[in-house]
Amino acid sequence: MSQTFTKSMARNIFYGGSVFFFLLFLALTFDTSQALPKRDHRENLTPAVVRGKHIWETRDCIGCHTILGEGAYFAPELGDVYKRRGPAFIKAWIKSQPTHVAGRRQMPQFHLTDRQLDDLVAFLKWTSEINTNNWPPNIQG
Amino acid sequence: MQYKSQAVAKPYFIAAIGLFVGQILFGLIMGLQYVVGDFLFPEIPFNVARMVHTNLLIVWLLFGFMGAAYYIIPEESETELFSPKLALILFWIFLAAGVLTILGYLLVPYATLAAMTGNNILPTMGREFLEQPLITKLGIVVVALAFLFNLTMTMLKGRKTSISLVLMLGLWGLAVFFLFSFYDPANLVLDKFYWWWVVHMWVEGVWELILGALLSFVLIKVTGVDREVIEKWLYVIVAMSLITGIIGTGHHYYWIGTPAYWQWWGSIFSAMEPIPFFMMTVFAFNMVNRRRRDHPNKVATLWALGTGVMAFLGAGVWGFLHTLAPINYYTHGTQITAAHGHLAFYGAYVMVVLTMISYAMPLLRGRIANSNKSQVTEMWGFWLMTIAMVFITLFLTAAGILQVYLQRVSDTPLPFMVVQQKIALFYWLREAAGVIFFAGLVTYLASFFVKGETKAITA
Repeated sequence: MSQTFTKSMARNIFYGGSVFFFLLFLALTFDTSQALPKRDHRENLTPAVVRGKHIWETRDCIGCHTILGEGAYFAPELGDVYKRRGPAFIKAWIKSQPTHVAGRRQMPQFHLTDRQLDDLVAFLKWTSEINTNNWPPNIQG
Repeated sequence: MQYKSQAVAKPYFIAAIGLFVGQILFGLIMGLQYVVGDFLFPEIPFNVARMVHTNLLIVWLLFGFMGAAYYIIPEESETELFSPKLALILFWIFLAAGVLTILGYLLVPYATLAAMTGNNILPTMGREFLEQPLITKLGIVVVALAFLFNLTMTMLKGRKTSISLVLMLGLWGLAVFFLFSFYDPANLVLDKFYWWWVVHMWVEGVWELILGALLSFVLIKVTGVDREVIEKWLYVIVAMSLITGIIGTGHHYYWIGTPAYWQWWGSIFSAMEPIPFFMMTVFAFNMVNRRRRDHPNKVATLWALGTGVMAFLGAGVWGFLHTLAPINYYTHGTQITAAHGHLAFYGAYVMVVLTMISYAMPLLRGRIANSNKSQVTEMWGFWLMTIAMVFITLFLTAAGILQVYLQRVSDTPLPFMVVQQKIALFYWLREAAGVIFFAGLVTYLASFFVKGETKAITA
């Protein structure tokens, strides 16, 4: 780099640029916070949904599955599983694990009660209603 | 080694390498579980293996960063470390916390671990990469603050260089953004939005400052190029990292419930994120070409050049491949993401830590460079690991392209598990490349025990 472009100029670009774009990011974050209630339907966050998310987290479901495309890529997407499979199938599936089919990927048995299963399904139903800009491209997730 | 207290870096580097071995072993287990689904089930289910694999990566990189900082800051500040004793105490606390957490994952059902460690008081667990129990997270904060205190005090009493300034900004940023890991709202959209303030702001933000500072430090040492030149490059690189990377967070906000305008912000800014990585490559080669001395530690120079190239490929090129919103619509959350994740973490952060270890470890062991024989062995480790990681990435990319087509693009989309079976061949190939990577790691380890003639420190 040429002599006319000095280290202190580079330093000023670093500090100035970082601060400017961080402030812009905060402004966008503020705008997003205003827009989110209509997109996430937080009015439907019932105690059951909240408990369901807690079950989702404490069984580390994200360690195999994705939810809205984030997580591990070992097992199916669950952001839209409520629409793909429906509540009865989801509960029956979780209860029947593991399949013990030789060589097939196995899901642990979590010994969830019926109420816990209902809570988890409530969480998955709420999640499936988030406005995700039409993602995933189809029902297979 | 110019200052006695730099020696505290040594245990940090050793622990980093030890945990790295653990990370790779669990990677091999997971790779096999992709094709032999019931391997080690129910003893080590996939989600447990993955927590161990990713958490070990994070912890060993943090050990590497801390070791590097303990080595660099005294030398840059031209003074002894404020408190070497504190640094050693923190080492043992951090190691114990890390090992206990990993054992907790392996030995206790996750829900029980959560209940035992206060997750009902303040839920933070069960989110990707932030699976650590609350007490571990609190421990990380305490260790990080004490570590930053120690280094900041060292810097304040000595010379303040641009390298140490950028490094300290990166480390402070690391600690500050980690605080968002304590925010886990019941609203999944908000949870995800701020989860990225830890994950993205780390790996595509402040960690790049640490990366730039480590690389600059080693380049000054091995090339003897004027500090003014190197530090100017450093500022330009980290400026571009944050200018592109902060708004670039938007590329995670396409499909998680956030407004559609993020598709524009995210696409445009993250498309520019390769720029600083490309500059890093040009920087590394330029400085080595203009070198004013021939440092006897050839392998450290190789690692430094490798970091530039592989970080650009992994973080830059493989990131760009799927960062534009219309493409990401199809690739989001597939093996394409996994491919990028592997090459980016290896090329940028694994390699820069190994660069630093390669440069500093001989000095910590009382010689300017290892013997020629030892260096050649280490170079074998470099090439085996690097080439194997390129192949892991290529195979995952092939798997990803097929997955995207069969599951998302085709007129008759197939279910996830059907697709997984169809692309199993590429998972087998990935696992084979993983075995080569492990062989490279063993070679790398062996290089530490290869003797031969060495020169004592004279400079």
